[in-house]
Amino acid sequence: MTEATTNAGPPRLEVASQSKLIWWAFRKHKLAMAGLIVVAILYVIAAMPGFFAINDPSAQNARTPFHPPEAIHLWSDDGFVGPHFVPSKLKRDPDTLAAIYVPEPEKAVRLVLFGHGYSYRLFGLIETDRHLFASSDPKQPFFPFGTDRLGRCVWSRIMQGAQTSLSIGLVGVALSLIIGVILGGISGYFGGRIDFAIQRVVEFVLALPTIPIWLALAAALPQDWPATLQYMMITIILSLTGWAHLARVVRGRFLSLRTEEFVSAARLDGCSEGRIIFRHMLPSFMSHIIASITLAIPAMILAETSLSFLGLGLQPPTISWGVLLREAQNVRSIATAPWLFAPGGAVVLAVMALNLLGDGLRDAADPYNK
Amino acid sequence: MSETGQNPNKSAKTRAEPVLEVRDLVTHFPVRTGVVKAVDGVSFKVYPGQTLCIVGESGSGKSVTARSILQIVDAPGRIVSGQMIFRRADGSTVDLVKLGDRGREIRRIRGNDIAMIFQEPMSSLSPVHTIGDQIIEVLRLHLGLSKTAARARAIELLAEVEIPTPEKAIDRYTFEFSGGMRQRAMIAMSLACDPRLLIADEPTTALDVTTQAEVLDLIKRLQDRHGSAVIFITHDMGVVAEIADDVLVMYRGRVMEQGNVDTIFHHPSDDYTRGLIDSVTRLQRRSDLRAARAPVPADRPPVLEVKNLSMDFEALRAVNDVSFEVRPGETLGIVGESGSGKTTMGRCIVRLLDPTSGEIRYRKPDGEVIDLVTAHGPALKDMRREVRMIFQDPFGSLNPRMTVAQIIGEPLLVNGIARGRELDERVSHLMEQVGLEPAWRERYPHAFSGGQRQRIGVARAVALQPKVIVADEATSALDASLRFQVLDLLLKLQDELGLAYVFISHDIGVIRYLCDRVGVMYRGKLVEVGETEQVVTAPNHAYTKALISAVPWPDPNRRGIHKRHRYVEQV
Repeated sequence: MTEATTNAGPPRLEVASQSKLIWWAFRKHKLAMAGLIVVAILYVIAAMPGFFAINDPSAQNARTPFHPPEAIHLWSDDGFVGPHFVPSKLKRDPDTLAAIYVPEPEKAVRLVLFGHGYSYRLFGLIETDRHLFASSDPKQPFFPFGTDRLGRCVWSRIMQGAQTSLSIGLVGVALSLIIGVILGGISGYFGGRIDFAIQRVVEFVLALPTIPIWLALAAALPQDWPATLQYMMITIILSLTGWAHLARVVRGRFLSLRTEEFVSAARLDGCSEGRIIFRHMLPSFMSHIIASITLAIPAMILAETSLSFLGLGLQPPTISWGVLLREAQNVRSIATAPWLFAPGGAVVLAVMALNLLGDGLRDAADPYNK
Repeated sequence: MSETGQNPNKSAKTRAEPVLEVRDLVTHFPVRTGVVKAVDGVSFKVYPGQTLCIVGESGSGKSVTARSILQIVDAPGRIVSGQMIFRRADGSTVDLVKLGDRGREIRRIRGNDIAMIFQEPMSSLSPVHTIGDQIIEVLRLHLGLSKTAARARAIELLAEVEIPTPEKAIDRYTFEFSGGMRQRAMIAMSLACDPRLLIADEPTTALDVTTQAEVLDLIKRLQDRHGSAVIFITHDMGVVAEIADDVLVMYRGRVMEQGNVDTIFHHPSDDYTRGLIDSVTRLQRRSDLRAARAPVPADRPPVLEVKNLSMDFEALRAVNDVSFEVRPGETLGIVGESGSGKTTMGRCIVRLLDPTSGEIRYRKPDGEVIDLVTAHGPALKDMRREVRMIFQDPFGSLNPRMTVAQIIGEPLLVNGIARGRELDERVSHLMEQVGLEPAWRERYPHAFSGGQRQRIGVARAVALQPKVIVADEATSALDASLRFQVLDLLLKLQDELGLAYVFISHDIGVIRYLCDRVGVMYRGKLVEVGETEQVVTAPNHAYTKALISAVPWPDPNRRGIHKRHRYVEQV
């Protein structure tokens, strides 16, 4: 079977490295490719949220509380006029005194691609006021996903929140990875008593009920700490429990590779222990590690979201998806402003995309196992 | 079903209707790069009481053919076209292709009318049920026997496949059985419903030769008693010669030749068949290359002297007080069955394992003698340059992440012998030396066939210009036609580099072809050492006699394993 496949394949197959084989296998996985594209877009947004935001995410606007989402129109009554939106004005219902927004079609405002808006720092360095698109009239802000109770633009806040929520996943997983690879590697490569000790620690950590531990630790954080310090502490709390799974994966790979004949061959070739680990063994399971990481990130994102939603994670004015969802905690918002759930949609999208990507990577990581 | 009525005699053979007639069977496997035609227009007939051997090398489609009959082809494979007419005991016929792969009818046929035994009994038997439970389940399912009746019948079946103390064995678990016993239990299960046709897919490949002989014997006896037809799939021409009535030779999904076993062996009409038989009969005598050589002078001091070597794994003594010597330029074969400790012994010599006691004295080219058992640090590193190893598995022993040039160059690089352009040149030279195109240097192992991969392993072993090479089952994973090519390569390199080999193998044919002297290992002990011809033709030790006589000879006129010696260890 393998022989026939090899012979039938294109000539480039023979000089294809394993990463190329993985990429070919991955590319066939349609859902995983879709996941990859979504994840790529999300992380571009997370890298420069200001560019994708429309209004200043922190700016309150007393004239626009609970403003409903506005649609982009291309045609007006006079025919095609390009992308524009219809602003509305806050009025009081004369009978019930309830706030209502009345559209004002005669005041249609154009949307400008790469237009000017509020000023922000690109990558935290370059001061600019360019945005992907902006309202041509600074007095008439555009709210594609509506506003919250303080009149802040939900779309822009989701963009800003992406930075915190997605990066907390990455940083948290990076921390778990460092602990996991070191402890798992030692455990798997040396075996014996060290392995026994580390595995018992891993079992202990896995036996801890994570949510109460997170709650307790997060609740112990002083509320008056600066946002960045709080952010760091939350990632550390999350990765404290996340490393155990990765340590297991790494140990398993080491154990199975240690008995591979090519590792024995490397030892007989005269390779040092370091060279055996880094040159011969590590490349063989990098792909598996990457797949495990990709599957660990969504767990981190969800953990941060739940903590912040419960008010124990990040605190306002820091913007994360979990913090945004706190706005949607009460019944009133379900009734009057369902668009406040939009950050939840962002969480679902990110977690789904990362899971699909991770599944695809895991399937593709073993190009010979088909 | 009466036993005597089913028993065929020679004259009935020609008149009998075939049990199964396969016509133009086509089975395809869709893969990334297109379609693999695993079975491509295969036709054959199987008669009651007869054995049809389907023989071919790996990838020839022989197993897929067998699986197609029972409609158990692994996904994504599927039967595209053809007919498989099966004749039931009552004379009615059914086309198995039309039954599809699920549904009541095909399930009735599986196990009931056609039974199958597989290569690896451990994975075909459930590890969590006793042997008895598994047989009883089949009996109750297909024959509707009561619990007690099924149990009694199961004990009968176990007795029939010659499992000792069947009334106790019935309550044992799979893992309590040895490989041969598992295969017997598997056969007992397949016989449960007295099938008309038994399909055996390489049932003895995972077994030792002596166990193989027992199982072949058993199948033959049972076939005579029940008169069932047998389709026996194998790659081993010796087994074919031993048991077949008719032979079907397959290559790349097609039938190359089919006919009577005598015709196939003595008057093959197809080139492929001829090559296949030739590559097996070649291994019946020593290599021409070796015959043309002057004998190794006996007075030269040995390059390797193993003295009283022992290796313990906890309570098990895997290697027990083994002593032998290897002279420069000589090949010493080590033959033995699985568990005899031959691999452990080889791994001790290259110090992948640390022996418990004993000495391995290695004589350097300058005359200095060092003990490999106690060598450590720089001495061990030096020794590993001169005593190298060739591994069994041509897939697992090459790092899939490195190119061929990197794999072959690794020992030169890490020992600081060559780097940069010099390394490139030496690697190219080594590749030529083992018969690989230097232009393939940037390819990854997955682009090579098994034989080519083993050549890469050989190049890596000789890269450091060693004096001794331990080859552990170096040709066992290869097809017969490739096997002697690699053996010839080893002989050529021996002449060029003056190498001494310790060649570990379970295959007497390979040993006879390659080795000057041979040592026979049994349960950790070296029971006999001597000149190959003498050991193979006139063995001294009773175990060696049993071993040699159990090897099927690839000639249907010399069937003899039922007359073999049996070795019972004296306690």
